[in-house]
Amino acid sequence: MGRFAVRRLLAMLLVLFAISIVVFLIFNVIPNSDPAQRLAGKNATPQLVASISEEWGFEEPLPVQYWTMMKKVFSGDLISYNSRQNVDEQIAEGIPATFSLCIGAALIWLSFGILFGYLSAVKAGRATDRVLTVLALVGISMPVFWLAAIFLYYLTFEVELFPSGGYVPLSEDPLGWAYHLVLPWLTLAIIFVGFYSRVLRSNMLDAMDEDYVRTARAKGLSERRVRIRHVLRNSLIPIVTLFGLDFGAVLGGGAILTEAIFNLQGVGQYAAESIKNLDLPPIMAVTLFGAFFIVLFNALVDIAYAWLDPRIRLEESAR
Amino acid sequence: MASPPNAESRPAGGGPWGLALRQLRRNRVAVGSLVLFVLIVAFVIAAPLWANQVAHTGPNATHTLEKIEVGGKQRDVVSPDGTPIGPQWLGADGRFFLGADGRLGRDEMVRLMYGGRTSLFVSLAAALITTVLAVALGLLAGYFRGWTDAVVSRLLDIVWAFPVLLLGIALGTALAVGGLQIGPLSISSGSIWIPILIIGFVYTPYMARPIRGEVLALREKEFVEAAVAQGAGPLRVMAGELLPNLSSTIIVFFTLNIANNMLLESALSFLGAGVQPPNSSWGTMISSGIELIYSDPLLTIIPGTMILLTVLSLNVFGDGLRDALDPKSRVRLEAHAGRFEPEEEPA
Repeated sequence: MGRFAVRRLLAMLLVLFAISIVVFLIFNVIPNSDPAQRLAGKNATPQLVASISEEWGFEEPLPVQYWTMMKKVFSGDLISYNSRQNVDEQIAEGIPATFSLCIGAALIWLSFGILFGYLSAVKAGRATDRVLTVLALVGISMPVFWLAAIFLYYLTFEVELFPSGGYVPLSEDPLGWAYHLVLPWLTLAIIFVGFYSRVLRSNMLDAMDEDYVRTARAKGLSERRVRIRHVLRNSLIPIVTLFGLDFGAVLGGGAILTEAIFNLQGVGQYAAESIKNLDLPPIMAVTLFGAFFIVLFNALVDIAYAWLDPRIRLEESAR
Repeated sequence: MASPPNAESRPAGGGPWGLALRQLRRNRVAVGSLVLFVLIVAFVIAAPLWANQVAHTGPNATHTLEKIEVGGKQRDVVSPDGTPIGPQWLGADGRFFLGADGRLGRDEMVRLMYGGRTSLFVSLAAALITTVLAVALGLLAGYFRGWTDAVVSRLLDIVWAFPVLLLGIALGTALAVGGLQIGPLSISSGSIWIPILIIGFVYTPYMARPIRGEVLALREKEFVEAAVAQGAGPLRVMAGELLPNLSSTIIVFFTLNIANNMLLESALSFLGAGVQPPNSSWGTMISSGIELIYSDPLLTIIPGTMILLTVLSLNVFGDGLRDALDPKSRVRLEAHAGRFEPEEEPA
């Protein structure tokens, strides 16, 4: 187990290094213009561009430039030349809102995804299944901001059921916190509910033909018990894998659209505003931190998984 | 094992493609969604027709200070307080069928049709790029294995480690000033090819990895051995033996990929990192419409519904295609917040 964890973490470090290089290339090498000009933002004076060029060492060889960029991003003295604000501080300020949004949405999508998937599989081919399948397909085909717009118009304006946006810290007012987050949670969760219920449905239908299910039935277990203890439990394994990937991805950048529309003042909204202003330093940092977070999170999920399921670490070391 | 469609000796029933077609035709939901998709394509193709013959305006023509005649009365296209006119349907002989788009007083219906052209074009072109890249990389890695496979797979892994939306945003904003220079090919920053290349690129690993897996399994089959024994080189084996056997996977992936591309394009354009003005797409229309969400929700809801219908029709049709072409398929993917289900390597 220890060896598996060490190997997985070493592989992770390599991926992190590769990602940092890709981000460096994307922002400072691939585009066909002066990188200092791009970093400076829209209303840059020639003096500012010149000083940025000096500061970031764009005259130096590429490895030196790479090193300067990483030092800036990780030491916390990266600033936006548009707003003159410290980027890392802004990101840190947004983290509570982003976590609140993602964790709540994840709970919703996991529970409803499993519930609908289970119902769909149990009632396969019947009306319930058909309705749920159609809803799931609509769910995964929906642009997030479209759903958000409909919520905004009908539930905050036509019928003033919910606040139209803003974030209330959990420590200040737990009820207000949840009340402000209901619509963003639903918006972010619905796509995943559709997807998870479809995955679970097909997994369960596959599992129902397995020998161990027949054995369970032959032992005289009730249909309900067979479904829940044998079929559902085994079908949840791929869902757990998916959940690890998706939760990391949502925290690492997937929530940008939802945050921007509901004015949640999280990391995603900070990114969205920076995109509107073409303010590159914040986007650079969000991309790097987002991707790092995902890779780290996935490595931890893998290790936790190997700890839970010995087959994985055995397979890995047999390779 | 699939044989090419024009094989000499055709088994009864029309061969695998004939069987698949019959299977598909029996799936009424899939046929219906194909019809819907074709209707949407026809709708956007008809854009110049509507613009010239009915609305008498272009997608970027402004009508801020103009008045139109509705049922004998003169009405401002944009009222003095800046509110655009709502849908007129056929009240003004088809002008401003869906109203005006904001302060600039552009015809929303005309913009919807032209914007759809952009959205569909970007999605299709990006899907072609993804497919070509993914098939080439998947074939190379799966056929040669060894260090070719190692290099290709690691590169794909790195791109795969980024969330699709984040990578798209990073590339979109970095290339929004100055554009891109690939060898002799220069793409200016406002060009529609920037989002096309970005979207085509970020989805490549999601298609290349399963194709590589399939090639790895196929190259062990007897027909490949037979071709090699007859003296076929790597290129002939890849193009003549492996590629035809990948065709059903490629067709399914291609269809579903267009749907994913459309969602990503609209998300990037919505944020301002995708299609740039003066071009407009359904995503940019929503982006400007959402500022008027409370006074004129249709400006957001209509283009959003077009995206939903297009993506839904492609997803449902793609699903039907997969069932028809490859009922035992182990490779499944869906439009899903930009992430495909992780590949399952064929046993």
